Amino acid sequence: MAINPDFVGKTFSPSEPYEVSRVKLAEFADAIGDPNPVYRDRAAAQEAGFADVIAPPTFPIVISMASSSRALAEPGLNLNYAMVVHGEQRFEYSRPLRAGDVVTAQVTISDIRDVGRNSMMTTTTQISTVEGEHVCTAYSTLVERGGAS
Amino acid sequence: MSDQVTYDEVEVGTELAAVSYPATRLSLVKYCGASGDFNVIHWNERIAKSVGLPDVIAHGMFTMAQAGRFVTDWAGPKATVVEYGVRFSSPVVVPDDDTGATISVSGQVEEKLDGNRVALALTARAADTKVLTRARAVVRLP
Repeated sequence: MAINPDFVGKTFSPSEPYEVSRVKLAEFADAIGDPNPVYRDRAAAQEAGFADVIAPPTFPIVISMASSSRALAEPGLNLNYAMVVHGEQRFEYSRPLRAGDVVTAQVTISDIRDVGRNSMMTTTTQISTVEGEHVCTAYSTLVERGGAS
Repeated sequence: MSDQVTYDEVEVGTELAAVSYPATRLSLVKYCGASGDFNVIHWNERIAKSVGLPDVIAHGMFTMAQAGRFVTDWAGPKATVVEYGVRFSSPVVVPDDDTGATISVSGQVEEKLDGNRVALALTARAADTKVLTRARAVVRLP
């Protein structure tokens, strides 16, 4: 069964606030194998002009995924997660995320379509601080292999 | 870390030499934990094969992170990434051995934009296959 196109345009309520911590940023940088000190050493980050350690460019996926998993689990959406691969990903940043930021993520399902034998879903996630400052917009396209109707 | 590159010294067309990054089963397990993405196709060979994949595959976001590192290492600590996007054209298959897979990333200065911004076109390959296409980053340089 294909992903249910009735969900296009659905915007979910913002996630619970997520606090960006130095420990998490260092753990993520370790996991991607990036030794850059601006991700783990406050003095190095400040020398580069940032208020605190910053996040690697792909870190916002941790926040957007946690939030979009709620969308993926939506009853009736019909997404078979074992058959899902990541099709496309894009980020637009107003500034780097940094330790101490408290942000929320708001997910909108922006597109669902069949392409060949596959079914594709695109989500747009706005990540903003609880004070209302936009930090990043994440666009994710997931492909359910063999999911076309 | 890399030296700081400045907007004025960047020239359109400059090729950025390829850098290789390893992806082992351990990398994927660590990435599962750090990212919260525990999709079984990234750590369970039995299920990966049962859903038609050749073996366990890397998270697309792990590959994207390697190309992101290529960008930030080139751009230097005072640069900020303004935009970064990729299409995942082929999976990075990670065998269960001590070497794993190798992701090779290269790039080219594609365009100089206003506001000290520079656009880079990126290429990422694993096992001679393009694993990212339409990969592009825009950085703001000092």
